[in-house]
Amino acid sequence: MLKLLWLMPAIPFLSSLMLIIFGPRLAKRSVAVLGVSSIVLSALVSAVVTATFLSFPPPGNAFTQTLWTWMDVAGFRLHIGFYLDAISVLMTLVVTFVASLIHWYSAEFMSEDEGYSRFFAYMNLFVASMLTLLLADNLVLLYLGWEGVGLCSYLLIGFWYLVPANGAAGRKAFIVTRTGDTAMIVGLALLATQLGTLNIQELMLKASAQWPVGSPYALAAALLLLGGAVGKSAQLSLQTWLPDAMAGPTPVSALLHAATMVTAGVYLIARTHALFALAPLARHAVATVGIATLILAGFSAITQWDLKKVLAYSTISQIGYMFVALGVGAWSAAIFHFMTHAFFKALLFLGAGVVIDAMDDEHNIFKMGGLRKELPVAFWTFLIGGCSLAGLPLVTAGFYSKGLIIRAARASQDGSPALWLLAILGVLLTALYTFRMIFVVFFGRAKIPVGKRPGYRMTIPLVVLAALSVVGGFVNTPAALGDIHVFTDFLNRALPNWIERPAGSITEMGSEGLVTLAFLTGLGIAYLVYIRNPRYADALAEFSISKALHQFWFADWGMDWLYDRIFVRPILWFAHFDRADFIDSVYGGVARLSELTYFALRSTENGKVRWYAAGIAFGAVALVSMVLFL
Amino acid sequence: MILIYLIAILIVGGLLSWFAGRRSKLWPRYISLAFLGVDLILSLSIWIQDASQVKLLPAQAPKAWIEEVDWTWIPQLGIHLHLALDGLSLLLVVLSIILGIAALLASWKEIDEGVGFFHFNLMWILAGILGVFLSVDLFLFYFSWEMMLIPMYFLISVWGHERRVYAALKFFIFTQASGLLMLLGILALYFIHHRLTGVYSFEYADLLGTPLSAKVGLPIMLAFFVAFAVKLPVVPLHTWLPDAHTQAPTAGSIILAGLLLKTGAYGMLRFVVPLFPAAAHQFAPIAMILGVVGILYGAVLALGQTDLKRLVAYTSVSHLGFVLLGIFAWNEWALEGALMAMICHGISTGAMFLIVGQIQERTHTRAIDRLGGLWATIPRLSGAGLFFAAASMGLPGLGDFVGEFLVLVGTYQQHIALAVLAAVGILTSTFYGLRFVQGAFHGPNSHRWKLPDLDPREASVVIPMAAILLWLGLYPQPVLNTFKPAMQRLEEYAGRSSAVRAQPSDSARNEPPTAPSDSQEMNHER
Repeated sequence: MLKLLWLMPAIPFLSSLMLIIFGPRLAKRSVAVLGVSSIVLSALVSAVVTATFLSFPPPGNAFTQTLWTWMDVAGFRLHIGFYLDAISVLMTLVVTFVASLIHWYSAEFMSEDEGYSRFFAYMNLFVASMLTLLLADNLVLLYLGWEGVGLCSYLLIGFWYLVPANGAAGRKAFIVTRTGDTAMIVGLALLATQLGTLNIQELMLKASAQWPVGSPYALAAALLLLGGAVGKSAQLSLQTWLPDAMAGPTPVSALLHAATMVTAGVYLIARTHALFALAPLARHAVATVGIATLILAGFSAITQWDLKKVLAYSTISQIGYMFVALGVGAWSAAIFHFMTHAFFKALLFLGAGVVIDAMDDEHNIFKMGGLRKELPVAFWTFLIGGCSLAGLPLVTAGFYSKGLIIRAARASQDGSPALWLLAILGVLLTALYTFRMIFVVFFGRAKIPVGKRPGYRMTIPLVVLAALSVVGGFVNTPAALGDIHVFTDFLNRALPNWIERPAGSITEMGSEGLVTLAFLTGLGIAYLVYIRNPRYADALAEFSISKALHQFWFADWGMDWLYDRIFVRPILWFAHFDRADFIDSVYGGVARLSELTYFALRSTENGKVRWYAAGIAFGAVALVSMVLFL
Repeated sequence: MILIYLIAILIVGGLLSWFAGRRSKLWPRYISLAFLGVDLILSLSIWIQDASQVKLLPAQAPKAWIEEVDWTWIPQLGIHLHLALDGLSLLLVVLSIILGIAALLASWKEIDEGVGFFHFNLMWILAGILGVFLSVDLFLFYFSWEMMLIPMYFLISVWGHERRVYAALKFFIFTQASGLLMLLGILALYFIHHRLTGVYSFEYADLLGTPLSAKVGLPIMLAFFVAFAVKLPVVPLHTWLPDAHTQAPTAGSIILAGLLLKTGAYGMLRFVVPLFPAAAHQFAPIAMILGVVGILYGAVLALGQTDLKRLVAYTSVSHLGFVLLGIFAWNEWALEGALMAMICHGISTGAMFLIVGQIQERTHTRAIDRLGGLWATIPRLSGAGLFFAAASMGLPGLGDFVGEFLVLVGTYQQHIALAVLAAVGILTSTFYGLRFVQGAFHGPNSHRWKLPDLDPREASVVIPMAAILLWLGLYPQPVLNTFKPAMQRLEEYAGRSSAVRAQPSDSARNEPPTAPSDSQEMNHER
């Protein structure tokens, strides 16, 4: 049954193609059937493949399916081929499943939209690209998926293309992520040149065999790949595109910009973990990027008033956790958090979609309020998702996955107390911004009357994802809380465990205890400020320093401003200034010169005999003197 | 003989079209289409035959030429009518005919006056281009080189847009001046060869390996290089291009971008490096830098344009920078990449000109600020535009990516810094690609355009071109295989008389053994 693997990306691709060609002529109902069923089918294939993989593990716990030779140059062969191991089994399962739910939801959410078939065509193309990315057996095919999801992201962010700002947001996303991809493609060239292959498994074997730990090649290659990952996963220095990406329809934010595409960077690093194992410095860079992102984005999330932007910064921050896990060598912890995050963040976005729809497209949380009773399903599921995001101890998936990362930040050989403490500070921030959002939106008094209420096609995915946001964590629990490690055991077929720091490690319970404390503190502050005594917030806003800080965090630490000044404006200025191409003026000058010469010479031909006689005489003198003196 | 037919069909078809044009406006179109169709079948049959032969007899060493015809023309001067075709020429011939058909169909409605003469010019340009790709006699090559120039001049100056006379004149002066430089180069080589051997010959095979001292070799090489660099175009010799491309009718733009630029690249591949390996090797770093400059500068210029067609024109400067880079990086990766980039640029940029032409036909404007929001009214045409823009941005899965990726890896092996800068070029292609899409199709439809969408005739051009790009992006192997023997031969020529540049160990296996440098021997003889 593993042979069915190729169908997984092929089905969404074909349905996308059909929607592109026939979509405009089809009825909305048929579009929905075609668009949703293909993803559900793909999820079924994924389920079958997973079941087969679990019950009859292929030799070496990996299965390769080569379709055809893509390029064969200088004895260097690239295939269109898929590689299935524990990582790709898990990630494709999560992606197809979450995508099915989101498509199901979109069938109703987008039903009023004119571009219904276009929406599903792009979404299905996205799923096909994402699955190609996850299943690719070589880095170039992975890059194909990588750019494919980038293009779909651009198209879907700018889906409502009549508004110029949406197009601008889409272009920004594409260009910023492609900045990272530039580094990545140089990394590919380096690996191809140095190791003579781009097949991921061969590459990892050869790298481990040829390069010692700390080799400059390994470091350079790892850092270049990290560049790509930072762009796609919206980590620090290239994160500026993700908040703007919220211009797209909400299901897009849920699928691309929360659950799946933005975690591609995490996948890339996990996939090439053997390379990162050779470059301790690159791993430190990953952890540093992760921790810095998670803290900075956490602060930014506290200050946003746009519901979707709170969630966007939260996504940036949560992927920061995954990067921390990757940086300390806790590969499977990163994938664990990817999975739980996919559940609860998709849930939160879909819930936000219901809320924004009900509020007649109002994004400002301070204009909402009291929705607890009006939208009960959305409220309860959003609450569960929020608790999972903030890591409500013992019962939520987020608690377990984040707990594992935080533990690894301390217990791993590459971890450090500072990393660990900052990760715990992140929990506090997460709880704070999450409950701020929940309290402001769902509690207090109602401000706008509720317009549209969601139908069952929108609420079922919410309920399913809410259930997963709870139970999704019980596949891996710490020793004191059941000691289950189904998840890490499964991933250990493809990913090594982190190396325990020999001494000075804190107990599991101590770590979880501190996490709980941080969670409660964040929740407490949010409760104090946003429910108990809203005047505190106003009082805080009185101080100029807090105002300035608020402004600074709100504007993403001024990075957009900086990039605008350093890159965007100079390039645009030059393009504008040199529109007529200054080089052309050189040739224009030559033409002008010959024209002038022509006028000058023409003026000598004036029909006056005296001039001609003088000319002849002068010429004769000049000639004779030339002969004499030269 | 088949090679003579390939060209003769176009010449005869052109003449017939001209005569038929006096009777009706429709006849020339059908006649040209029929003759091009026959040519397409002929060229494809050569390809299929060649591919099956390689498959059947893989062990056999490939012949020098797949097809060849050699007639004496002016024996006293050693001039032959010598046409020959290898994998490189074959692919470019097929591309020429496909784009010729695309150009023909694109101008089906656009051209309404002087229809007969228009088709005569179109067919004769194609004949000249085939002559360039097939000639292995340098005199014949120069003859063909000039032959494609004059009908092109008419095409721009008669059927072009607002500033057609200026653009046509500029195009003519640039190409003519640089062509004369090449003629000087050819003659110099001819006389040097005579002095050394006592034989007058314009024969490519004879002139190959003519020993040249650095003092003589470099200037002659540069004379050739400049002629091809103008066509390619290489910054700073590119300024004729935006004017000519913008002012030409759609068919002219397709042929200019898709084919005429390729003759420059072809000349570099076929003549500059193999005839002057030592000088080319010496000059390679500069050429590669020029390539990178072209990639980046062309992209920035494209970004700044307000005329949709001019924007597309400047993208060619950027894309052909990759080709130049690949040719002078001169290893298997880079050469295969350069060829793929040439072919795919022909299709994708040709298609973009087609799209712009179709937009202009409908809206009578090319100004980006008058366009926008067309998706709402012509979704199919817009979708096609998006597709080709994506190809132009180097999206993997479409042909252009394969070429640019291979060039990048090949360049990396020669010069890391230049490869990094070229990789930035893939980023900058996003700038103009997205500006193209936004400028034409997205954004508000503020001018309330209501236009007819793609009709079947237009779709019959657009869809095959998209399919070709998808095919080349996902399965480029047939093209790479066809090119491979030709490329190995070129590498052999280039390696015969110069020090082969250093190769990293992994990819060195295809390099012929290093021969002693002939340039030193030459010094003794003098």
